[in-house]
Amino acid sequence: MKIIVAIKQVPERDAQIRIDAAGKWIEESGLQYALNESDAYALEEALQLKEKHGGEVVVLTAGPERVGPTIREALAKGADRAIHIDCADLNKLDALGVARLLAAAVKPENPDLVLTGLQSDDLGQGQTGVILAELLSLPHSTLILHVDKTDAGLTVKRELEEGWFQTIELPAPAVLTIQSGGNKLRYATLMGIKRAKTKEVRVVTAAELAVDAAPVVVLERVALPQKQKSTQMLTGSPKEAAAALVEKLKFEARVL
Amino acid sequence: MSGILVVIEERDGHVSRASWEAIAAGQKLATLAGQPMNAVVLGAKTEQSAAEVASKALAKVVRIEHPLLAAYTADGFTLALQQFFAAEKPDYVVFPHTYQVRDYTPKLATRLGQALIGDVTAIADGPVFTRQLMQGRLNGSYRPTGSGPCFVSVQAGAFRADEAQSGSAQITVFTPAIELAQIRTRPSERFRGAAQTVDLGAAQRIVGVGRGIKDAANLPLVQELATALGAELGASRPICDFGWLAMERQIGSSGQTIAPKLYIALGISGAIQHLVGIKGSQCVVAINKDPDAPIFEAADYGIVGDLMEVVPALTEAVKAAQ
Ligand SMILES: Cc1cc2nc3c(=O)[nH]c(=O)nc-3n(C[C@H](O)[C@H](O)[C@H](O)COP(=O)(O)OP(=O)(O)OC[C@H]3O[C@@H](n4cnc5c(N)ncnc54)[C@H](O)[C@@H]3O)c2cc1C
Ligand SMILES: Nc1ncnc2c1ncn2[C@@H]1O[C@H](COP(=O)(O)O)[C@@H](O)[C@H]1O
Repeated sequence: MKIIVAIKQVPERDAQIRIDAAGKWIEESGLQYALNESDAYALEEALQLKEKHGGEVVVLTAGPERVGPTIREALAKGADRAIHIDCADLNKLDALGVARLLAAAVKPENPDLVLTGLQSDDLGQGQTGVILAELLSLPHSTLILHVDKTDAGLTVKRELEEGWFQTIELPAPAVLTIQSGGNKLRYATLMGIKRAKTKEVRVVTAAELAVDAAPVVVLERVALPQKQKSTQMLTGSPKEAAAALVEKLKFEARVL
Repeated sequence: MSGILVVIEERDGHVSRASWEAIAAGQKLATLAGQPMNAVVLGAKTEQSAAEVASKALAKVVRIEHPLLAAYTADGFTLALQQFFAAEKPDYVVFPHTYQVRDYTPKLATRLGQALIGDVTAIADGPVFTRQLMQGRLNGSYRPTGSGPCFVSVQAGAFRADEAQSGSAQITVFTPAIELAQIRTRPSERFRGAAQTVDLGAAQRIVGVGRGIKDAANLPLVQELATALGAELGASRPICDFGWLAMERQIGSSGQTIAPKLYIALGISGAIQHLVGIKGSQCVVAINKDPDAPIFEAADYGIVGDLMEVVPALTEAVKAAQ
């Protein structure tokens, strides 16, 4: 099985977020970055499928130079090689534009399966994988927790709302967007980190892929959410705040 | 037809709550854009839902009916709506942001050279659409610049279902041409996960723990608070993903919906998928080290601080008050 996993580098979860001077995106200098959470689960699913059925896991990412360490991390965990679409101004693209870049890089690879995360932690669009499927004319399914390869194609476990699930059968090749929690994530071993240094990372520029990336949707402005609710903040030392809270819960909210 | 089109979703044979909210959002957009509003229901049997929707202030309700739309598939729904749009050419298409909508609308939009503006929380003149970025820590304003229909899905709870205005709409039927061979996925009936042994839905007090707990080894701290309060333990998704607590304790869109008297969120950031599960809580307390965490927007009382220090203090204070 040849599996391509689309991975995205996103600001680290606890990073201090500041809006940039133009008010159009966040200030990127000094930010720490990490692998998008659901992409880590997509990579894990791919690695487990490879362990079962053999084949190759290729990670694919579009982003500026800084994504290097995230690619190495995926290689250290066990991906065989990487394709890096070097794209400095990712934020000028909409989801369709990004997916067009990814599709152009996937097409010549003729994979048996393409996995993406279900949602990026920064833009949170939750659509890149589905768009990719349409651009590649492949069937897809979303919010997948588990993938089984069958003679006829694939059987996948799909999450529904409120604790329900569903099984979907679909032919391969296909695109699946992976939900978190289906597997336990592995750590890179020392050996894996060493090996990653020698693995292939092919860099293609966005220009070389020659796709039409003119946006149909533009992010014009970013802003801090306006506070609407007046939350009573309890201050002081932990002990004082805790005592004040218990007072409030008992005599004001009357829930204790 | 042009105008605004709202795509209705059914749940158990009736119009879903999220769809009423989408109608309210559509009416907002219709007012701003000065355009008429219509709705469609898709399925094999749509009479009931269409009748329900027709009681709202809409020009027209269209039943897109076909036996192959009985079970939702991305291929079936995409084909049906694509054909309908070719005939009716709406300017804006509004959906509720559900798992089903996430599954096929990006595909549909792509087919028309468009991109969905998903999970919208507000609509302003322009129109400009607001959606959350960075897990709710920022808002982004999006403007459509394409020439085709503009696709928008609206976040659960962002528009009020009871604000959808009443009226009486004409009902028509549209029959798409779909063949079985065009549908590539075979969905099963839905099923539940493992048997539930905790019913968080009925609990009167719940202590919810999130990634701020850092390590499973710290969970006893939270358990002690829960015990002192006589509360059940709940969690955000990552805690269950990691296997630190059983999945049945997950609160949110893909877990349990709770309605306790008291919910205390510890080290939970307040992502929308968590917040939709706690909306029914009478009193919400948030403890988080980040003063800007979105959870505070949903809380009645808040403490900014390290939960490792605040939780033991709170446990003591609760015990002392009894
Ligand atoms: C389709 C879909 C469905 C989902 N379903 C659900 C669902 O049902 N339920 C759910 O919960 N999530 C769900 N999610 C995930 C959701 O988007 C968030 O990723 C998740 O809720 C975040 O969990 P968290 O708040 O525990 O973690 P984080 O977002 O990482 O937040 C951790 C918080 O802890 C705080 N913190 C850190 N250290 C400390 C400390 N020492 N003291 C105090 N505070 C501290 C931080 O400031 C931060 O606010 C879903 C996502 C998707 C895309
Ligand atoms: N720039 C990118 N490079 C590689 N994969 C991406 C990129 N952007 C999005 N993806 C993939 O698409 C998924 C969904 O992203 P989004 O549609 O932005 O929520 C992510 O989890 C990634 O797997």
